[in-house]
Amino acid sequence: MSANEAVKSRERIRAAVYEAILAIAPEADLEHVRPDGLLREQLDIDSFDFLNVLVGIHKSIGIDIPEVDYAKVATLKGMLDYVAERLERS
Amino acid sequence: MLEFKMPSLGADMEDGLFVQWMVEPGQAVRRGDVVCVVETQKGAVDVEIWDSGTIARLIAAPGQKIPVGQTLALLAAPGEPLEAIGAGPLSVGLAAALPASGAPATAISPAPAAAAPEPAPDARLKVSPAARHRAGELKVDLSRIRGSGVDGAITLADVESAAAGATQPTRAAGMREAIATAMSRSKHEIPHYYVATDINVERAADWLEKLNAGRPVTERILFVALTLKAIARALADVPELNGTFAGGAFCRSESIHIGVVTSLRGGGIVVPAVHDVDRLALPELMGALRDVLARARAGKLRSSDLADGTITVTNMGDLGVETVFGVIYPPQVALVGLGRVVAKPWAVNGSVVVARSMGATLSGDHRVTDGLSGARFLAGLREQLDHPEAL
Repeated sequence: MSANEAVKSRERIRAAVYEAILAIAPEADLEHVRPDGLLREQLDIDSFDFLNVLVGIHKSIGIDIPEVDYAKVATLKGMLDYVAERLERS
Repeated sequence: MLEFKMPSLGADMEDGLFVQWMVEPGQAVRRGDVVCVVETQKGAVDVEIWDSGTIARLIAAPGQKIPVGQTLALLAAPGEPLEAIGAGPLSVGLAAALPASGAPATAISPAPAAAAPEPAPDARLKVSPAARHRAGELKVDLSRIRGSGVDGAITLADVESAAAGATQPTRAAGMREAIATAMSRSKHEIPHYYVATDINVERAADWLEKLNAGRPVTERILFVALTLKAIARALADVPELNGTFAGGAFCRSESIHIGVVTSLRGGGIVVPAVHDVDRLALPELMGALRDVLARARAGKLRSSDLADGTITVTNMGDLGVETVFGVIYPPQVALVGLGRVVAKPWAVNGSVVVARSMGATLSGDHRVTDGLSGARFLAGLREQLDHPEAL
């Protein structure tokens, strides 16, 4: 993947993840969320909301995040990195 | 002739603001169909009908404030001629309810919700953080504002202009009032007792993880769903905790409808019920929970969601709370409080091991039961969660 393609892919992932989160917490200001802070605490997201965020990501990008990986996607940065890595592997 | 009446959507409801009919005279309806929308302090509710028949005459009109139990419409029972209704004599209560002069007897100004365009059913409000904060200060109901920002997002200016023009009590304030009424009544009338325990849920959590590992994200089961099932099973052995107290007597419920305390993003709570929890297989229960929570958060609850809980569960584990002692939701007689699932040291067979643990409490009505019932319930809950494969 060229550097340019990598940037584009990263932007697409960010857009999809943001959309999934904003569908649940529309008032969230994701530009000001601490990237390494827990999403659930920063955005008042409970376990039901969190599952719906993952369902949203599954629908838009096709990645099914298993429960065993929940710790890796608990922060915004972690979620973006995780999705990028999964897409690269697939 | 059948009468369709304003339902009671919770012990704290005295009346509702009639918003609109979803049916018209001559239309056949079946039990469970949504026939009208009523605005309550908990938001707009889709009201379902309990009888099957044909709508003969619509009595309630949009904008009317109507007491619980008053007739909203007349129906012809299956096989009954439609023409016989409307011409026939009315019952005394019904005649009094009908406007004599043609003007609504209890007319008030139409609700803004009735005039404003309906938002998409599952749309959540888009609100900037500053606007949300200001709306809280000004007690402005965000759901009544049309946003002028990107994608209809509500901005700070929208909130301030709405506040300037607001003369009616807002929905958020109405919901606060409804909660205050119900909880004051509870603490005034119900002598609460409380029992609490920590439950080792390692087996249950481990079992559910293995189950979920084989399920796609869309069919994954939350731990709270497993716990609801365990609660319903435990209640079967302590039925004196499941039902309602009215007129000085306890009425045991054969069905187990669990009210789930649900926080709303705009503030406040609603307590929609998941029906027949004891009879649902775990995936069905998760589906029912998902549906009712989605309706609650979208502000599109149905009358059956709010009408008939037999016990309530409050789950504060997601907020990091370890133990919650809840206030019973009248006329129910018990409430289960769940804390977070967290790894703790446990003594098992003489050794210290680390196992996931959940704080569980039971608030009971001392007029109906004693602490022994609460203790038996918590012991039963532990027993159920020890054998998750049987749930």
